[in-house]
Parts: sequence; C-alpha cells; structure tokens
Amino acid sequence: MTELKLTNVSKRYGNNVEVLRDINLEINQGELVVFVGPSGCGKSTLLRMIAGLEKISGGTLEIDGVRVNDFPPSLRGIAMVFQSYALYPHMTVRENMAFALKIAKKSKAEIKEAIDNVARILQLEPYLDRLPKALSGGQRQRVAIGRSIVRDPKVYLFDEPLSNLDAALRVATRLEIAQLKEQMPDSTMVYVTHDQVEAMTLADRIVVLADQSIAQVGAPLALYERPNNEFVAQFIGSPAMNLLSGTISATGPQTTIRLDSGGTARSNVPSSAAMQGAAVNVGVRPEDFSLGDANAIADSGSAAALFSGQVDITEALGEVTLLYLPAENGRIIVKLPGIHQGLRGQNIALYADPAKVHIFLAGQSLLTYKDHA
Amino acid sequence: MSPLMQGVTIIVVGVGLCVSYFFLSNWLLDRVFLPARGQHIDRNINRANAIRPWLFLLPAVIALAVYLAYPVFETLRLSLFDRDQGNAFIGLANYQQMFSEPKFWEALTNNLLWLLVVPALSTVFGLLIAQLTDRLWWGNIAKSLIFMPMAISFVGAAVIWKLVYDARPAGTEQIGVLNALYTFFSGAEPQVWLTLPFWNNFFLMVVLIWIQTGFAMVILSAALRGIPEETIEAAVVDGANPLQIFFRIKVPQITSTIVVVWTTITITVLKVFDIVFAMTNGQWETQVLANYMFDKLFRANDWGVGSAAAMIIMLLVTPLLIWNVINARKELK
Amino acid sequence: MRVRSSNKAMGSFVGQRPALSWAVHLSMLFIVFLWLFPTVGLFISSFRTADQISSSGWWSSLSTQEQQRSPIRITGTETQDKGLYVVVGKLFSSEAVVLRAWGTSSKRPNEYQPGATAQLKRGRSLTIDADGRYRFTAQQSQAGKRLPRVFTTASSPPEFTFRNYDYILFQGDNSDSMAKAFLNTFTVTIPATIIPILFAAFAAYALAWMEFPGRSILIAAVVALLVVPLQLALIPLLKFHNEIGIGKGYLGVWLAHTGFGLPLAIYLLRNYMVSLPRDIIENARVDGATDFQIFTRIILPLSFPALASFAIFQFLWVWNDLLVARVFLIDASGQTTVMTNQIVELLGTRGGNWEILATAAFVSIVVPLLVFFVMQKYLVRGLLAGSVK
Repeated sequence: MTELKLTNVSKRYGNNVEVLRDINLEINQGELVVFVGPSGCGKSTLLRMIAGLEKISGGTLEIDGVRVNDFPPSLRGIAMVFQSYALYPHMTVRENMAFALKIAKKSKAEIKEAIDNVARILQLEPYLDRLPKALSGGQRQRVAIGRSIVRDPKVYLFDEPLSNLDAALRVATRLEIAQLKEQMPDSTMVYVTHDQVEAMTLADRIVVLADQSIAQVGAPLALYERPNNEFVAQFIGSPAMNLLSGTISATGPQTTIRLDSGGTARSNVPSSAAMQGAAVNVGVRPEDFSLGDANAIADSGSAAALFSGQVDITEALGEVTLLYLPAENGRIIVKLPGIHQGLRGQNIALYADPAKVHIFLAGQSLLTYKDHA
Repeated sequence: MSPLMQGVTIIVVGVGLCVSYFFLSNWLLDRVFLPARGQHIDRNINRANAIRPWLFLLPAVIALAVYLAYPVFETLRLSLFDRDQGNAFIGLANYQQMFSEPKFWEALTNNLLWLLVVPALSTVFGLLIAQLTDRLWWGNIAKSLIFMPMAISFVGAAVIWKLVYDARPAGTEQIGVLNALYTFFSGAEPQVWLTLPFWNNFFLMVVLIWIQTGFAMVILSAALRGIPEETIEAAVVDGANPLQIFFRIKVPQITSTIVVVWTTITITVLKVFDIVFAMTNGQWETQVLANYMFDKLFRANDWGVGSAAAMIIMLLVTPLLIWNVINARKELK
Repeated sequence: MRVRSSNKAMGSFVGQRPALSWAVHLSMLFIVFLWLFPTVGLFISSFRTADQISSSGWWSSLSTQEQQRSPIRITGTETQDKGLYVVVGKLFSSEAVVLRAWGTSSKRPNEYQPGATAQLKRGRSLTIDADGRYRFTAQQSQAGKRLPRVFTTASSPPEFTFRNYDYILFQGDNSDSMAKAFLNTFTVTIPATIIPILFAAFAAYALAWMEFPGRSILIAAVVALLVVPLQLALIPLLKFHNEIGIGKGYLGVWLAHTGFGLPLAIYLLRNYMVSLPRDIIENARVDGATDFQIFTRIILPLSFPALASFAIFQFLWVWNDLLVARVFLIDASGQTTVMTNQIVELLGTRGGNWEILATAAFVSIVVPLLVFFVMQKYLVRGLLAGSVK
C-alpha cells in the first residue's frame, strides 16, 4: 500500500532558482527509504517539503491517499527528527515528549501512558525528569526519536539524525535505529543522510539525488551492482569507481572497448552493432581489479590488460592496501586485500572480471546495459 | 487610597490591558473566527497563520508610527509654519530667524566640538582600558567599576561633577576637588570652572566621557577577546613587541567594532541635553542644540524655531541613519 | 578558530617583563581611582552635615583632622558660686573632638593651650579643657550682655550621620522631600519597562520567524527609527496627547517611553530570536503548535537573557530620564514630579546645600546602581548584541 506519493514535485525559490524538479516517487507502508546525495542536492529540502516546512512549488504530495500540499505540518500525520535533535532546552525529557500531545489536548492519562511506553522501548526511563543539557549526545538523539514515536505518526522523517554524533556513537545509534525499525514493521520512514554507509545499511530502498532530481532509486545492493549512471556509480562505494575513457571496438553479447590509455576492457554488458565506435567510459570499482605482471603481458601481447602502469603511492590500511597509479586524468585506485607495500614503484597490469566492468556512454552519463538488468 | 496602592493599581491595570490584548486577539483568531477544526481545517489554519503576524505587530507598529515616524514629518511641517500668524505657511522664515541668532551658532559650534571630542576620547579611553584590563586578574572588577557611571543618570552625574567643580571664595577651604588641587599646586585664586567661556564646554564633556567610556570599553573588550589567539601568537613568534601587537595586529582586526562604538556615541552626543540643562543651562557660552531647542519650545514658547532646531539635529543624524539601514539590509541578504 | 578563553592568556607568554606588568597594574589602579573618585565624593558627602561639607573637602573627612573651626559663642545659664557669676558648658557636641588650642580673638586664635585660663577684660576669665568643657567666671552678672566668642583648633575623627537621609526621605512635608518623587519614579518606570518589552517581543518574533509581505521593509524601518532623536517627537506628541485628551500624566509618559524604547527593543530581541535554532521552532510547528503557542511556550522562555538585557536598558533609561518626564508627565501642580526633575529643582533652589543635593542625588542613583551590579551580566550581553555585528 502506498503511504507517500510524490508526483512531478518541484521546488523553486523566487522565480528562477530551481532546487528540485520532476520528483516522482512512491513509498510504501513499512518501508525505510533513504535520500542520499552530495550536499546541496536538495535532499533535505525534499524532506522538509514532505514535512510541510517548505512550500511545494509544483506537483502533488499525497500522504495516505490525501493531497496534503497545503496542509500545515501538524495535519499531515508526520513526525520529524532533526539533525540537531531540536529538543526544547527549557523542558525536561518528559515535557519534551508531552509537548505535541498537550497541544493536541490529549488527556493526562493518555500522555503518561504514551510516554512511559516509549521511554521503556528506548530505555529513557531514568532520564525522564532531566533537562536535555544533562544528557549525552546519544541520549538526546533517543529522546528526539522518542518524541516522534509518542505521536504515533503515519510517516517518520529523519533529517541527518546521526551527523552530530561522534564516530563510535554513530555506529551504535545506527544499529539502534535498525532495531527500532524492526520493532515497528508497519511504520514508514524517510531518512536523509549524506553518509553512504548509513544509506546502505539502513535502507530498504535508496533514492540518490543529484542535480535537482532523482538520479536512481533502488535497493542498496542494486545501486552498487547496477548503477544507472556515472554519478551513482561514483557516489556509492568507497573509494569511488574508476572511470577510463575509450571506444567500443567489438559489439555483441559481450562488448570490447579499446581504452584511450592503451588497454582493452571486456564487459558482459551486451551492445548492438550500432554502438560500434561509440565513445564510452568504462567503470571498474577499485576492489574489482586483479593483478598481473606488466612486463610479462607486454612480452606475450596476448590477453591484453585493462590498464598497466607504475604504482606511485601505496596506502596500507591493514585489511586492504590501496594502490595509486597515475593516469591521464587523475589516478587509478586499486584496492587489494591484504598487505602489498612492496608494490610501490612496480609496474603492474590490472585485469577485471567482465561481469564487473560497467560501461557508460560518454557525455550522457547513460548506461548502455540499462535494459540488461 | 495610599499613593503606593494607587501606583500599584495603575501599574497592574496598564500592564494587564496590554497582556490581555495579545491573548484575546489570538484566542478569537484560533477559536472563533478560524477554528482549527471542521472540514476547512487546513484552510483555516493557513489563513490564521497569514493574519497572525499582523496581530503580533499591530501594537508595536502603531506605537512606532505615532511616536517616532509621524513626529518627524510633523516637526518638519511645524518648522515651516508659524503658530502666531494663525498657522500660516512661512517657508524658511523660522530657519532664517534661527540662523540670525548668535545663540544658535553658539549651540551648533559647541555641538560640533562635542562631536569631535567626546566620541574620540571615549573610544580611545575605552580601548586603552579594555586592553589594559585584558591582562589583569582583577580586570573584571576594574571594568565593572569603570562601567558603573553608565547606570547613573545624566542629572545625577551633573550633581556629582558640580561637586568636583565647586568653587569657594579665595582664602576659604575648597570643597571641590578640582579647585583644591588647583590652588594647592598653583597657589592661584580658585576658578569658577563652569563660567570660563570655551573651556567650560570641556568640563561638561568630561561628564559624558566619564559615562560613555565604560560603554566603549565593554564592547571593545569583547571585540579584543574575539580576536583569534593564533594571530597574536603568530605575531609573538614573529618577534613583535606588545605595542606592535596592539596597533598592528589587534586594532586592525576590530576596526568595524571601533566604528560602531564611535557612531553610537556620536548619536548620544547629538542628543545630549540633561548634562547641559542641569549644569549650566546653556549659560556662559555652553549652549548645545538639544538644550537650545528645549529653550525655544518651553521657555520662549516658539514652536517654529524649536522645530527648526529639531530638524537640524535630525539632519545631523541622517547620514548615520542611512548608513545603519544600508548595513542592516546587507545583513538580511 | 580558537578564541581566547582566559584573560590571563596574554600574561603567559614566556619572557614577559615584570616591570611592564607592574606599570599596567599601577596605571589601571590610577584609572579606576579616577573614575570612582567623583561618585565616592557624592556618597561620602551625603553622610556629612552641612557644616562639615562647607568647612572641608570630603576627602579629608576620612581621617582625623586638625583644623581651625568657626568661632563659637559661649552660652549657658548663669549660676552664682562663691561670689562669682559662673557659666559652664561644652563647646563640642561630639565626645570625639579634641581641642588643640584656642583663643578669644580672631587675631590670635591659638593663644591658649587646653586647660589654660584666659584673663579677660572687666575681671572675667575663661578656662577650656581639652574635651571642650569650659568654665566662664565674672565679677558681675552678665545677664543681657554678650558673652565672648571662642576660636578653636580641634582635631576630630571621621564622623558621619544619617540625618540627611532622614530629612530627604522621611520628613514628608518639606519641599526638598524625595519620597513622593521616588514613588512616582517607580510608577513611571515599571509599566514603561514592561509594556515595550511585551510589544517588542511579539513584534520581534513576527519579524524573526513569521512569513508575511513587507517584513524586510519593517525591519529596515525599525533600524532607521533606532537613531531618530526623540527631540523631534516632543511638540507633535504633546499636541497629540492634548488632542486625544490624555494631556500630561502617567498614561502619556508610559506611551511616550514605549514608543521611544521600541526600536531598540525590537532590534535587540529580533537579533536574539533569529539566533535561536530554527530546528526547535520547526519541530514545534510539526508538533502542531500555532505561532502564538510557539511564542509563549518556547520563544519567551528561551529569550530570557535578551528580555533581561532590554529590561535593564529600558529601566535605567526611564529611571534616569529627565526630558520625557518633564514634557509628558510633570504638570504645573508638581504632584507627579520624578527624582531627576526634583534634583534639577533642588539644583536651582538649594544650589549650595551640598548635604541635600548629594543625598537626593544618591537616593536617585542607588536603585540603578543596585540593578547595575546585580544584573551586569545581562546588561553587557545586551550591549554586545546591540552593537557588535
């Protein structure tokens, strides 16, 4: 059942500054959808439009089948958790959670029951009579979440809820949110973050926003394995996917690309005969490379390498080693499991499994194997 | 009813009425005219939210319009009319009359003298004290004591300084500290300081400097503390001495604050009235514009010239007004 | 960017010269002394009698002083003792005054030591002890005749009195009394502080957090009105008050102070409210609160520091005001006089009576000084919010 439906939603400031355009998205009940994208992509604006904190310039927003474009936030059946927690500093934890219910003129008994219930779930009972300033960052975040649960909304909105926490606490709280979601399987959540790890771990579906519109929507692993365009390909995954320019030299169920850097790439993405000679970018994730000896290849001339060159920097992270090879624009990054510091200064040849070689049409960021998935 | 009870009653009624305006008007809006229920609930809430800013603003806007905006135009009008000739329009005659009075030129030149001296000395003293106290463990106590005259009324300050300037006939014990020191060190006859033309202006200015230095000091001290420590440490490492650090590193970084302090004191100086009124009432060539105007309005009962004098003060303030508005608009963007 | 947290940081550089540090200490001490001296003078003078004030500078009252006093004429009832007519009495009212020398002629005011007996003309004699007791004898009755004057040099310890305060505050009916003016000042000040805060707080919230057309123009207008001299408002408003029937009185002065105080109040409070976290206000909106509820339940409690800052400004300004009170409040009957005005009147009528002036002035500045020292933190904060950008 569709809980939240955006149709051709757009946002403009003044007459000309367009922040979002043509957003079409359906979110089902019980889903946790994460909006992710670089800063300034409009992901927070979109969330605030759903909340009713920003006016919708065009298109329609429906919650639970009702058009709510002109509804004030309080009538939309949503609750929001802010990055800064937005706890009322002069109220105790209990008063913070009770505020919305008091405004809604709920009875004292109802309010107390709702608060006690949520406090138990979130283990906030010992802190109910404290002021926010007496709580740690993680506790404050739990209060902010508790405050939204108390209201029993149709949709939960999270605006970068973890980015004010330190690294260790962020991981712990991320797990708590995942657990909370499991305890409330029917609640719909929309979650905004710029952190792809949060997106990958929490989301049922990820919405990648770029250039004022949606770049791709899909399950986390689908985005990793089948990115629709260069932007998503480089945004998801760390370090980012390597891109090498080239032209298609052979078409068919497998495609062969002659790279400008001299190597040859083979991909399982099929191509039609019309694509022969097309300029493309080949994408390979750093972890999908495998190693060969450059000198040996050069001698034999067979089984051409994808890329060969000299390693100029290595970074040993323990479980993996990152190798950097100078290329015409920037560096090729290779991620190898284990420790390989000895490779610094060596000439190496790089290979990739054709199943893991992506092809993007140059200039359009469109992927040729779109229909293949 | 005792005067105390009467006062309390007046206070409670006056304040109560103002509070109830806000509660009643918002209650009517949310409960009676546009209730947040029924089938038009979203429309009602949105309309109530469109009306509410004006409910909030109404008393303030009316008060500002009636008590500050309207008088500017009315004073301009009054300065161009004559009350005695049945409110006839007389053009600039009031201004001509005012310009022909030596007392006006005395007031204007004195005011310009005040404008030159008071903001400059207050700011310099304020900066000096801010810098000196910055290094002291008892700096906050010192600042608090120097800041104290800020709380004293101009009239109170006038009494305080009149005691300092007091003069007794020669040969008797001087009870004003200035004359006591003067006769002790120079052996000369005691002076009646406030009647010495030209110099007496400075004796009056001392009072305002005494009051305004604390203001300058508080603000400049905060600005000095806002300077990033690294820039000072870098200068120390570069071998700058304390004077160089102060003039080449610190002062340039707080120029904008110095300007703000300077202009704020300038505005205060333009309006200075009580000190002159209470200490000399403009006699012995100490007249200033605000007191000249007060004289015209309430002693000579000449509204035309009084208003013309007020317009001169307004004219002097106008550049600062424009500058303020431009700055504020910049900030809003 | 790290901002210095301790004011000692400057002193902590290696190799700073101690001589320089001493110079700083001494010059600051001197400046503080200079700044305090006039006020202390007023304070001390208010505890001295008229005689003391006019005979010596207040700074000399702090230590034991030896000085020539104004001549005192012997008085007392005459009794007969062993054929002599005797008058006994005491020169000084205070026990602490010690006589150093005395005389009966202005040419030789220090002719005799304490305890010595002076032989006067016509068989009269006078003995004065160190504590000021005297014994005057004569061969004939002195009834109807003037007794001699005594010139004295005496040392007296510091001596202070509350009589001036008693006179100024509690001897109700005299024209020098500050009691009524004190009460009137309160009646003017309290509403003239609360009403503009109330108006300004609502307006500031609207200008900070509500969306409506014309908002930026209104903000600019407030900034412009910030510097309009109130001198311009006197005549038009006096006319206006007379036309609408308010005339001179409390209502008029409250309204005037409200109008004059509003630009600063709105400016300060808006600046503060704008700096409150947007998230909190939006969260309240999501929670279903109307702007009125957001204002009363969230903004007002959180704005306490700014409200306190402006309250202190306005309190000090109204309490210390002379001009507005003279124009809008005080009528010919003088029933509604305020303290600043009363002091100006006293300067006219009692210009030389420093014991009255000093006491009256001190009574008027003691409340602002208390407010100042107790609430200084908020005052400073308000000043900074108002002028540093």
